[in-house]
Amino acid sequence: MSKYILRRILLTIPVILGILVVTFVIARAIPGDPCRSALGERATEAACNAFNARMGLDKPMIVQLGIYMREILLHGNFGDSIRYSRPVSQMIIERLPVTLELGFSALFIAVLVGVPMGVISAVRRNSAVDVATMVGANIGVSMPVYWLGLMLAYVFAILLKDTPFWLAPTGRLTAGIIPASFYNVWGLGLTRGTSLYMVADFLSNFVFFNALITGQWSVLVDAFRHMILPAIALSTIPLAIIARITRSSMLDVLGREYVRAARAKGVAENLVILKHALRNALLPVVTVIGIQVGTLFAGAVLTETTFGLSGVGRALFDAITGRDYPIIQGFTVVVALGYVIVNMVVDISYAYIDPRIRLK
Amino acid sequence: MTTNVETVIAPVEPQRSRSLAALTWRRLFKQRNAVVGMIILAFLTLVAVFAPWIAPYDPVQSLLGVETLKEREAPCIHLLGCPEDKPEHLMGIDANYRDVYSRIIYGTRVSLFIGFSTIGMAVVVGAVIGALSGYAGGWVDNLIMRLMDVVLAFPSFLLAIAIITVIGRGLQNALYAIAIVNIPVFARLVRASVLSIKEQEFVSASRALGANWLRLLFVRIFPNALPTLVVQATLSIAAAILEAAALSFLGLGAQPPTPEWGTMLGSERNQVFTAPHLVFFPGLAIMITVLAFNLLGDGVRDAMDPRLAQVAKK
Repeated sequence: MSKYILRRILLTIPVILGILVVTFVIARAIPGDPCRSALGERATEAACNAFNARMGLDKPMIVQLGIYMREILLHGNFGDSIRYSRPVSQMIIERLPVTLELGFSALFIAVLVGVPMGVISAVRRNSAVDVATMVGANIGVSMPVYWLGLMLAYVFAILLKDTPFWLAPTGRLTAGIIPASFYNVWGLGLTRGTSLYMVADFLSNFVFFNALITGQWSVLVDAFRHMILPAIALSTIPLAIIARITRSSMLDVLGREYVRAARAKGVAENLVILKHALRNALLPVVTVIGIQVGTLFAGAVLTETTFGLSGVGRALFDAITGRDYPIIQGFTVVVALGYVIVNMVVDISYAYIDPRIRLK
Repeated sequence: MTTNVETVIAPVEPQRSRSLAALTWRRLFKQRNAVVGMIILAFLTLVAVFAPWIAPYDPVQSLLGVETLKEREAPCIHLLGCPEDKPEHLMGIDANYRDVYSRIIYGTRVSLFIGFSTIGMAVVVGAVIGALSGYAGGWVDNLIMRLMDVVLAFPSFLLAIAIITVIGRGLQNALYAIAIVNIPVFARLVRASVLSIKEQEFVSASRALGANWLRLLFVRIFPNALPTLVVQATLSIAAAILEAAALSFLGLGAQPPTPEWGTMLGSERNQVFTAPHLVFFPGLAIMITVLAFNLLGDGVRDAMDPRLAQVAKK
């Protein structure tokens, strides 16, 4: 097993290098002049030359690629954003937590609702609940998430206005609420610029996590009220897929001999379902959950746009349309890395479940 | 697997020899999902073909000055109490004084075209790449497949956005982008079938009889890869329509005034609180179309794989 894991990890290295090169090439292939995009349409030739020299854009392409690879691999330096003149790594620190919180909230909802729904419809096969769940699941996988998001926003922000069910349609926190970072609350006294500070800063940008460990309950509630609609919108497709897989996997397991044996020896039905059947049925479900993490990331672009959240997806979209090479490169690398890691974990869990794969 | 009566009895049933295609076709009509999917698709196809006769207004022409209308006026349906003397607009009026219902009708054409053309391109290119890769083997295979891995390493939607930024906005480029991100899936599928089939005896026999590699590929190997391709293609069409609409929603795909559902939704998304009908109907249309392809895809898959069909039926 460890040999398989090692081989699987080694296999990702060429893919990661490929990603770095492809990201670089894509960023350069985007038509348009980064200088004029940053300094304005009427920037003079001299200003642009100076700008290109400062950004290293005047060097040959292959040298730029070399510098780019060296900086990322050795220093974790993604360069500075052309439009915002800030380190890309700093922007990743600010925005990645937003996307991760959104993604995990959505995944949490998808699992929490999808698995029980699948189990119930498998146990009560062909009942009204089953039919409703499966029709719902089919609609769920066909849902344009941004449309659902807008409709939810309309219902909860307009139709339910002045009721306790009112929910915020945009943003992450109500304007004016600024949560105190845990490292300031606890007086850790970290110095700016150190890597420890960057890690702490990254962690404190997880609003839920930060509010929870420092006991800022009003911030927590506010964050919750902002996150729930985007999370629901983003969760629909994974939820539908998880419910479907759980159902078919449960049906398969419920027909097995050992389930019959458990029933025959008089185990209570609930226990048969939860302990004997569900535990075995969950294996393929876990794999599917892993695969869905990747799709969540793509859905985040649309959900973040719809709900005005400044996460990775939105930043990447803005950077691509604004030709901000360093941001495009940095964020694409982060997204693709996440994707590669998730795929790797999925493959390894496959091998863990099915020993035949290891031996191939 | 299961020990219920149906599975025990089923194989005993007298079977006339039928081709796989005929069997699949018969089973397809027994799948409730597939039948519903086909009915919706047939309906959408009719709508697309007869759009000029169904739509009461021109999808692009503004009605400003032709009728007395308010900008983004809510739907006016006579049956639901809209005054009889006002012209009927089932889905309301958009920001440019156009009849939304007519635009939705014409949008069916655009969406069906998007689905078939993108996946058509992806299947053809992917199949050729996959077949060459699997047939050639060795370093050619390795190189092509690693390249496909890199493409697959990016979330397809983000990759499509990146490609569009390189080649420019617009419906046509969005189609290319979606086709490109779908190629690896089909390449992998065809390659896998080629690998599993190329060492089989009927292929060796064919080769021994002097068939050249092109004939082997297209006459012996491809037909065997077809079933998996059809299933994947149907499900991919659903995803492609959803992705194209999302690209248009972000302003990267079809440009106004094209009556494309994603574009209609995207350009009016900030009006959701004041004129929800402009967002509601295009989204609903996207969902129904995607749903039809998903239902059909599931049905085709179950019909082609009797084992899966049994599980699904339980």
